[in-house]
Amino acid sequence: MNDMHGGTCVLRAQGLRKEYGKNGGLVRAVNGVDLEVMAGETVAVMGPSGCGKSTLLYLMGGLDRPTAGEIWLGGKRLDQLSERGLSRLRRDAVGFVFQAFHLMDELTAVENVELPALLAGRAPRAARKKAAELLDRVGLADRARFLPTALSGGQRQRVAVARALVADPQVVLADEPTGNLDSAATVEVLRLFDRLHTAGQTLVIVTHDPRVAATADRMISMRDGAFTDQTRLQGGTTGRLGNLAGLEG
Amino acid sequence: MQQEAVLALLAKEPAYGYQLRARLQQALGPAGDTMNAGQIYVTLSRLEKAGQVTCEREAGLPDRPDRKVYALTAVGRQRVAAWLADVSWPGPGLAEYHLKLIAAAAARLADPVTIIDAQRRELLRQLRDVQRAAMAEADGSEAGVLLEGIALRLQADLAWLEACEQYWTHHKEDGS
Repeated sequence: MNDMHGGTCVLRAQGLRKEYGKNGGLVRAVNGVDLEVMAGETVAVMGPSGCGKSTLLYLMGGLDRPTAGEIWLGGKRLDQLSERGLSRLRRDAVGFVFQAFHLMDELTAVENVELPALLAGRAPRAARKKAAELLDRVGLADRARFLPTALSGGQRQRVAVARALVADPQVVLADEPTGNLDSAATVEVLRLFDRLHTAGQTLVIVTHDPRVAATADRMISMRDGAFTDQTRLQGGTTGRLGNLAGLEG
Repeated sequence: MQQEAVLALLAKEPAYGYQLRARLQQALGPAGDTMNAGQIYVTLSRLEKAGQVTCEREAGLPDRPDRKVYALTAVGRQRVAAWLADVSWPGPGLAEYHLKLIAAAAARLADPVTIIDAQRRELLRQLRDVQRAAMAEADGSEAGVLLEGIALRLQADLAWLEACEQYWTHHKEDGS
Protein backbone atom coordinates (compact mmCIF):
# COMPACT_ATOMS: atom_id res chain seq x y z
CA MET A 1 0.00 0.00 0.00
CA ASN A 2 1.81 3.08 -1.19
CA ASP A 3 0.57 6.63 -1.21
CA MET A 4 1.52 9.19 -3.80
CA HIS A 5 4.59 10.26 -1.85
CA GLY A 6 5.91 6.73 -1.87
CA GLY A 7 5.41 6.11 1.87
CA THR A 8 3.93 2.93 3.26
CA CYS A 9 0.51 2.99 4.83
CA VAL A 10 0.74 1.27 8.23
CA LEU A 11 -2.77 1.78 9.50
CA ARG A 12 -5.89 2.34 7.45
CA ALA A 13 -9.52 2.76 8.41
CA GLN A 14 -12.26 2.93 5.84
CA GLY A 15 -15.91 3.82 6.38
CA LEU A 16 -15.44 3.13 10.07
CA ARG A 17 -18.55 3.27 12.27
CA LYS A 18 -19.24 2.38 15.87
CA GLU A 19 -22.77 2.58 17.25
CA TYR A 20 -24.09 1.99 20.74
CA GLY A 21 -27.72 1.45 21.76
CA LYS A 22 -30.53 1.39 19.26
CA ASN A 23 -33.55 3.25 17.91
CA GLY A 24 -34.09 6.51 19.85
CA GLY A 25 -31.05 5.84 22.05
CA LEU A 26 -28.68 5.19 19.16
CA VAL A 27 -25.30 6.84 19.64
CA ARG A 28 -22.92 7.03 16.70
CA ALA A 29 -19.62 7.32 18.55
CA VAL A 30 -17.68 6.97 15.30
CA ASN A 31 -19.63 7.93 12.24
CA GLY A 32 -17.91 7.27 8.93
CA VAL A 33 -14.19 7.78 9.44
CA ASP A 34 -11.54 7.25 6.76
CA LEU A 35 -7.92 7.46 7.85
CA GLU A 36 -4.53 6.47 6.50
CA VAL A 37 -1.47 6.65 8.72
CA MET A 38 1.88 6.43 6.96
CA ALA A 39 4.98 4.75 8.34
CA GLY A 40 6.89 7.11 10.61
CA GLU A 41 4.07 9.61 10.76
CA THR A 42 2.74 11.19 13.95
CA VAL A 43 -0.97 11.90 13.69
CA ALA A 44 -2.93 13.76 16.36
CA VAL A 45 -6.71 13.47 16.56
CA MET A 46 -8.06 16.43 18.48
CA GLY A 47 -11.52 17.09 19.78
CA PRO A 48 -13.58 17.74 22.89
CA SER A 49 -14.44 14.89 25.25
CA GLY A 50 -17.22 12.77 23.86
CA CYS A 51 -16.35 13.42 20.21
CA GLY A 52 -15.50 9.74 19.68
CA LYS A 53 -11.73 10.03 19.45
CA SER A 54 -10.97 7.43 22.14
CA THR A 55 -13.47 5.01 20.61
CA LEU A 56 -11.72 5.50 17.28
CA LEU A 57 -8.37 4.68 18.87
CA TYR A 58 -9.74 1.53 20.50
CA LEU A 59 -11.20 0.38 17.18
CA MET A 60 -7.92 0.95 15.38
CA GLY A 61 -5.98 -0.93 18.04
CA GLY A 62 -8.36 -3.90 18.08
CA LEU A 63 -9.57 -3.24 21.64
CA ASP A 64 -13.11 -2.85 20.33
CA ARG A 65 -14.92 -3.99 17.21
CA PRO A 66 -16.55 -1.64 14.69
CA THR A 67 -20.23 -1.73 13.73
CA ALA A 68 -19.20 -1.24 10.12
CA GLY A 69 -16.13 -0.47 8.06
CA GLU A 70 -12.66 -1.91 7.63
CA ILE A 71 -9.41 -1.56 9.58
CA TRP A 72 -6.11 -2.63 8.14
CA LEU A 73 -2.91 -2.77 10.17
CA GLY A 74 0.29 -3.53 8.28
CA GLY A 75 -1.66 -5.11 5.44
CA LYS A 76 -3.75 -7.31 7.72
CA ARG A 77 -7.49 -6.79 8.04
CA LEU A 78 -8.28 -6.44 11.72
CA ASP A 79 -12.05 -6.20 11.95
CA GLN A 80 -12.58 -9.76 10.74
CA LEU A 81 -10.05 -11.46 12.99
CA SER A 82 -11.13 -13.97 15.63
CA GLU A 83 -10.77 -13.00 19.30
CA ARG A 84 -7.55 -15.00 19.42
CA GLY A 85 -6.17 -13.45 16.27
CA LEU A 86 -7.08 -10.02 17.55
CA SER A 87 -5.38 -10.46 20.90
CA ARG A 88 -2.25 -11.77 19.20
CA LEU A 89 -2.24 -8.74 16.91
CA ARG A 90 -2.68 -6.38 19.86
CA ARG A 91 0.25 -8.03 21.58
CA ASP A 92 2.60 -8.09 18.60
CA ALA A 93 1.74 -5.08 16.47
CA VAL A 94 0.20 -2.38 18.65
CA GLY A 95 1.56 -0.44 21.63
CA PHE A 96 -0.96 1.35 23.84
CA VAL A 97 -0.40 4.35 26.08
CA PHE A 98 -3.27 5.39 28.33
CA GLN A 99 -4.11 8.54 30.23
CA ALA A 100 -4.03 6.76 33.60
CA PHE A 101 -0.78 4.87 32.77
CA HIS A 102 -2.27 1.44 33.68
CA LEU A 103 0.92 0.19 35.30
CA MET A 104 0.85 -2.73 37.72
CA ASP A 105 1.56 -1.17 41.11
CA GLU A 106 3.07 -4.33 42.61
CA LEU A 107 5.65 -4.68 39.80
CA THR A 108 8.80 -2.59 39.41
CA ALA A 109 9.29 -0.35 36.38
CA VAL A 110 11.40 -2.90 34.55
CA GLU A 111 8.95 -5.71 35.39
CA ASN A 112 6.09 -3.63 34.01
CA VAL A 113 7.98 -3.04 30.78
CA GLU A 114 9.01 -6.68 30.28
CA LEU A 115 5.60 -8.15 31.13
CA PRO A 116 4.09 -8.01 27.61
CA ALA A 117 7.26 -9.62 26.21
CA LEU A 118 7.05 -12.44 28.76
CA LEU A 119 3.37 -12.95 27.96
CA ALA A 120 4.32 -13.14 24.29
CA GLY A 121 6.65 -16.02 25.13
CA ARG A 122 10.01 -14.24 24.97
CA ALA A 123 12.78 -15.79 27.04
CA PRO A 124 13.01 -14.02 30.44
CA ARG A 125 16.61 -13.00 29.92
CA ALA A 126 15.90 -11.47 26.49
CA ALA A 127 12.76 -9.77 27.81
CA ARG A 128 14.68 -8.21 30.70
CA LYS A 129 17.46 -7.03 28.41
CA LYS A 130 14.95 -5.42 26.05
CA ALA A 131 13.07 -3.80 28.95
CA ALA A 132 16.27 -2.37 30.40
CA GLU A 133 17.24 -0.92 27.00
CA LEU A 134 13.85 0.71 26.65
CA LEU A 135 13.97 2.22 30.13
CA ASP A 136 17.36 3.63 29.21
CA ARG A 137 15.85 5.04 26.03
CA VAL A 138 13.11 6.86 27.96
CA GLY A 139 15.71 8.20 30.39
CA LEU A 140 14.78 6.00 33.37
CA ALA A 141 17.61 3.49 33.54
CA ASP A 142 18.26 4.53 37.15
CA ARG A 143 14.61 3.94 38.11
CA ALA A 144 14.31 0.38 36.77
CA ARG A 145 13.76 -1.18 40.20
CA PHE A 146 11.38 1.45 41.51
CA LEU A 147 7.72 0.68 42.04
CA PRO A 148 5.36 2.97 40.07
CA THR A 149 4.20 4.58 43.32
CA ALA A 150 7.75 5.84 43.87
CA LEU A 151 7.78 7.56 40.47
CA SER A 152 6.41 10.95 39.38
CA GLY A 153 3.50 11.14 36.93
CA GLY A 154 5.77 11.98 34.01
CA GLN A 155 8.12 9.11 34.91
CA ARG A 156 5.20 6.67 35.14
CA GLN A 157 3.99 7.67 31.71
CA ARG A 158 7.50 7.21 30.34
CA VAL A 159 7.54 3.69 31.81
CA ALA A 160 4.19 3.11 30.09
CA VAL A 161 5.66 4.32 26.79
CA ALA A 162 8.62 1.95 27.23
CA ARG A 163 6.15 -0.89 27.84
CA ALA A 164 4.24 0.07 24.69
CA LEU A 165 7.47 -0.30 22.70
CA VAL A 166 8.61 -3.66 24.05
CA ALA A 167 7.20 -5.71 21.17
CA ASP A 168 8.53 -3.28 18.51
CA PRO A 169 4.96 -2.45 17.48
CA GLN A 170 4.04 -1.20 14.03
CA VAL A 171 2.10 1.61 15.64
CA VAL A 172 1.85 3.22 19.09
CA LEU A 173 -1.65 4.44 19.99
CA ALA A 174 -1.86 6.98 22.81
CA ASP A 175 -5.09 8.05 24.49
CA GLU A 176 -4.75 11.47 26.21
CA PRO A 177 -1.17 10.62 27.24
CA THR A 178 -0.74 13.91 29.12
CA GLY A 179 -4.24 14.08 30.57
CA ASN A 180 -3.05 13.30 34.10
CA LEU A 181 0.19 15.26 33.96
CA ASP A 182 1.25 18.73 35.02
CA SER A 183 3.03 21.12 32.70
CA ALA A 184 6.61 20.01 33.33
CA ALA A 185 5.70 16.31 33.10
CA THR A 186 3.82 16.99 29.87
CA VAL A 187 7.01 18.41 28.36
CA GLU A 188 8.91 15.23 29.43
CA VAL A 189 6.40 13.10 27.54
CA LEU A 190 6.32 15.41 24.51
CA ARG A 191 10.12 15.24 24.31
CA LEU A 192 9.90 11.47 24.40
CA PHE A 193 7.29 11.35 21.63
CA ASP A 194 9.46 13.67 19.60
CA ARG A 195 12.42 11.30 19.99
CA LEU A 196 10.26 8.32 18.98
CA HIS A 197 9.12 10.25 15.93
CA THR A 198 12.71 11.03 14.97
CA ALA A 199 13.51 7.33 15.35
CA GLY A 200 10.75 6.52 12.82
CA GLN A 201 8.05 5.20 15.15
CA THR A 202 4.50 5.54 13.80
CA LEU A 203 2.29 7.27 16.36
CA VAL A 204 -1.40 8.07 16.65
CA ILE A 205 -2.31 10.30 19.59
CA VAL A 206 -5.81 11.36 20.57
CA THR A 207 -5.88 14.41 22.78
CA HIS A 208 -7.60 17.63 23.66
CA ASP A 209 -4.28 19.23 24.66
CA PRO A 210 -3.04 21.58 21.92
CA ARG A 211 0.56 21.10 23.07
CA VAL A 212 0.32 17.42 22.27
CA ALA A 213 -1.43 18.02 18.97
CA ALA A 214 1.23 20.55 18.02
CA THR A 215 3.95 17.87 18.11
CA ALA A 216 2.28 15.96 15.27
CA ASP A 217 2.96 16.02 11.54
CA ARG A 218 -0.74 16.03 10.88
CA MET A 219 -3.65 17.20 13.01
CA ILE A 220 -7.21 16.01 12.56
CA SER A 221 -10.19 17.67 14.25
CA MET A 222 -12.98 15.36 15.28
CA ARG A 223 -16.56 16.35 16.23
CA ASP A 224 -19.58 14.15 16.82
CA GLY A 225 -17.87 11.02 15.54
CA ALA A 226 -16.55 12.45 12.29
CA PHE A 227 -13.48 14.28 11.02
CA THR A 228 -14.24 17.96 10.43
CA ASP A 229 -10.83 19.37 9.63
CA GLN A 230 -7.37 18.14 8.86
CA THR A 231 -4.05 19.81 8.31
CA ARG A 232 -0.29 19.28 8.04
CA LEU A 233 1.51 21.19 10.73
CA GLN A 234 5.14 21.12 9.76
CA GLY A 235 6.86 24.04 8.14
CA GLY A 236 4.27 26.63 9.07
CA THR A 237 5.87 29.63 10.65
CA THR A 238 9.59 29.10 10.89
CA GLY A 239 11.41 32.37 11.31
CA ARG A 240 8.42 34.18 12.79
CA LEU A 241 9.14 33.51 16.44
CA GLY A 242 10.25 37.11 16.81
CA ASN A 243 6.87 38.24 15.61
CA LEU A 244 5.15 35.98 18.12
CA ALA A 245 7.35 37.35 20.87
CA GLY A 246 6.28 40.89 19.99
CA LEU A 247 9.53 42.03 18.38
CA GLU A 248 8.13 42.92 14.95
CA GLY A 249 4.98 43.91 13.18
CA MET B 1 -13.02 51.63 15.50
CA GLN B 2 -11.65 48.75 13.45
CA GLN B 3 -12.51 49.61 9.84
CA GLU B 4 -12.89 46.01 8.66
CA ALA B 5 -15.35 45.24 11.43
CA VAL B 6 -17.55 48.18 10.45
CA LEU B 7 -17.40 47.19 6.79
CA ALA B 8 -18.26 43.59 7.59
CA LEU B 9 -21.30 44.63 9.60
CA LEU B 10 -22.58 46.34 6.44
CA ALA B 11 -22.15 43.16 4.39
CA LYS B 12 -25.59 41.85 5.33
CA GLU B 13 -27.49 44.98 4.34
CA PRO B 14 -27.19 48.77 4.27
CA ALA B 15 -27.63 50.39 7.68
CA TYR B 16 -27.86 53.67 9.53
CA GLY B 17 -24.92 54.71 11.63
CA TYR B 18 -26.86 54.36 14.85
CA GLN B 19 -27.79 50.77 13.93
CA LEU B 20 -24.14 49.86 13.46
CA ARG B 21 -23.33 51.46 16.76
CA ALA B 22 -26.05 49.47 18.53
CA ARG B 23 -24.85 46.24 16.91
CA LEU B 24 -21.30 46.88 18.08
CA GLN B 25 -22.47 47.65 21.59
CA GLN B 26 -24.44 44.42 21.68
CA ALA B 27 -21.49 42.40 20.36
CA LEU B 28 -18.87 43.92 22.64
CA GLY B 29 -20.87 44.45 25.84
CA PRO B 30 -18.88 46.16 28.59
CA ALA B 31 -15.70 45.75 26.52
CA GLY B 32 -17.13 48.34 24.13
CA ASP B 33 -17.83 50.95 26.81
CA THR B 34 -14.81 52.99 25.83
CA MET B 35 -16.18 53.57 22.30
CA ASN B 36 -17.51 57.09 22.13
CA ALA B 37 -20.67 57.99 20.24
CA GLY B 38 -18.93 59.74 17.38
CA GLN B 39 -16.29 57.11 16.68
CA ILE B 40 -18.40 55.06 14.32
CA TYR B 41 -19.18 58.15 12.20
CA VAL B 42 -15.51 59.06 11.95
CA THR B 43 -14.77 55.53 10.72
CA LEU B 44 -17.68 55.62 8.26
CA SER B 45 -16.59 58.92 6.74
CA ARG B 46 -13.04 57.60 6.29
CA LEU B 47 -14.41 54.51 4.59
CA GLU B 48 -16.56 56.67 2.36
CA LYS B 49 -13.53 58.74 1.30
CA ALA B 50 -11.69 55.51 0.55
CA GLY B 51 -14.54 54.42 -1.73
CA GLN B 52 -15.41 51.41 0.39
CA VAL B 53 -18.87 52.55 1.48
CA THR B 54 -21.46 54.81 -0.08
CA CYS B 55 -23.63 57.17 1.92
CA GLU B 56 -27.09 58.26 0.84
CA ARG B 57 -29.19 60.83 2.56
CA GLU B 58 -32.68 59.63 3.24
CA ALA B 59 -35.33 62.33 3.43
CA GLY B 60 -36.28 62.83 7.08
CA LEU B 61 -39.77 62.86 8.49
CA PRO B 62 -41.09 66.33 9.50
CA ASP B 63 -40.14 65.80 13.12
CA ARG B 64 -36.77 64.08 12.42
CA PRO B 65 -33.59 65.16 10.71
CA ASP B 66 -32.28 63.51 7.55
CA ARG B 67 -30.64 60.19 8.02
CA LYS B 68 -27.67 58.70 6.24
CA VAL B 69 -27.82 55.13 4.97
CA TYR B 70 -24.46 53.44 4.54
CA ALA B 71 -23.83 50.62 2.06
CA LEU B 72 -20.82 48.56 0.97
CA THR B 73 -19.19 49.16 -2.41
CA ALA B 74 -17.55 46.36 -4.42
CA VAL B 75 -14.15 47.50 -3.12
CA GLY B 76 -15.46 47.39 0.46
CA ARG B 77 -16.83 43.92 -0.12
CA GLN B 78 -13.43 42.74 -1.35
CA ARG B 79 -11.78 44.12 1.74
CA VAL B 80 -14.26 42.23 3.94
CA ALA B 81 -13.54 38.98 2.08
CA ALA B 82 -9.79 39.44 2.53
CA TRP B 83 -10.29 40.15 6.22
CA LEU B 84 -12.35 37.00 6.75
CA ALA B 85 -9.63 34.88 5.15
CA ASP B 86 -6.78 36.49 7.10
CA VAL B 87 -5.37 34.22 9.81
CA SER B 88 -2.42 36.35 10.94
CA TRP B 89 -1.94 36.16 14.68
CA PRO B 90 -1.48 37.85 17.08
CA GLY B 91 -3.99 40.16 15.43
CA PRO B 92 -5.00 43.59 16.62
CA GLY B 93 -7.10 42.04 19.36
CA LEU B 94 -9.74 39.64 20.52
CA ALA B 95 -12.60 42.05 19.82
CA GLU B 96 -11.67 42.21 16.16
CA TYR B 97 -11.72 38.46 15.81
CA HIS B 98 -14.97 38.25 17.73
CA LEU B 99 -16.57 40.81 15.40
CA LYS B 100 -15.25 38.93 12.40
CA LEU B 101 -17.18 35.84 13.45
CA ILE B 102 -20.30 37.85 14.23
CA ALA B 103 -20.25 39.69 10.91
CA ALA B 104 -19.52 36.53 8.94
CA ALA B 105 -22.50 34.78 10.52
CA ALA B 106 -24.86 37.76 10.17
CA ALA B 107 -24.21 38.32 6.48
CA ARG B 108 -23.81 34.58 5.81
CA LEU B 109 -20.46 35.43 4.25
CA ALA B 110 -18.77 32.38 5.73
CA ASP B 111 -19.42 29.73 8.37
CA PRO B 112 -17.81 31.00 11.59
CA VAL B 113 -16.71 27.43 12.38
CA THR B 114 -14.77 27.32 9.09
CA ILE B 115 -13.04 30.58 10.01
CA ILE B 116 -12.23 29.11 13.45
CA ASP B 117 -10.83 25.91 11.90
CA ALA B 118 -8.50 27.94 9.68
CA GLN B 119 -7.34 30.00 12.66
CA ARG B 120 -6.75 26.87 14.75
CA ARG B 121 -4.58 25.39 12.01
CA GLU B 122 -2.48 28.54 11.97
CA LEU B 123 -2.11 28.67 15.76
CA LEU B 124 -1.20 24.98 16.01
CA ARG B 125 1.52 25.53 13.41
CA GLN B 126 2.85 28.41 15.47
CA LEU B 127 2.65 26.34 18.65
CA ARG B 128 4.50 23.51 16.94
CA ASP B 129 7.34 25.84 15.94
CA VAL B 130 7.54 27.39 19.40
CA GLN B 131 7.57 23.99 21.09
CA ARG B 132 10.28 22.69 18.80
CA ALA B 133 12.34 25.75 19.57
CA ALA B 134 11.66 25.31 23.31
CA MET B 135 12.59 21.61 23.27
CA ALA B 136 15.87 22.49 21.53
CA GLU B 137 16.83 24.88 24.33
CA ALA B 138 18.99 23.59 27.15
CA ASP B 139 17.23 23.28 30.51
CA GLY B 140 17.28 26.59 32.35
CA SER B 141 18.11 28.75 29.32
CA GLU B 142 16.95 32.37 29.35
CA ALA B 143 15.36 32.10 25.92
CA GLY B 144 13.45 29.06 27.13
CA VAL B 145 11.43 31.22 29.51
CA LEU B 146 10.40 33.54 26.68
CA LEU B 147 9.44 30.61 24.47
CA GLU B 148 7.35 29.17 27.29
CA GLY B 149 5.49 32.47 27.50
CA ILE B 150 4.71 32.40 23.79
CA ALA B 151 3.54 28.79 24.04
CA LEU B 152 1.29 29.56 27.01
CA ARG B 153 -0.31 32.49 25.17
CA LEU B 154 -0.96 30.35 22.12
CA GLN B 155 -2.54 27.71 24.34
CA ALA B 156 -4.83 30.32 25.85
CA ASP B 157 -5.76 31.54 22.37
CA LEU B 158 -6.48 27.97 21.27
CA ALA B 159 -8.66 27.42 24.34
CA TRP B 160 -10.60 30.56 23.45
CA LEU B 161 -11.02 29.36 19.86
CA GLU B 162 -12.54 26.20 21.29
CA ALA B 163 -15.02 28.33 23.26
CA CYS B 164 -15.79 30.29 20.09
CA GLU B 165 -16.36 27.07 18.21
CA GLN B 166 -18.75 25.78 20.84
CA TYR B 167 -20.71 29.01 20.75
CA TRP B 168 -20.93 29.20 16.96
CA THR B 169 -21.78 25.55 16.55
CA HIS B 170 -24.95 26.27 18.51
CA HIS B 171 -25.67 29.79 17.19
CA LYS B 172 -25.14 29.44 13.47
CA GLU B 173 -28.52 30.95 12.72
CA ASP B 174 -28.00 33.97 14.97
CA GLY B 175 -25.80 36.97 14.71
CA SER B 176 -28.38 39.17 13.04
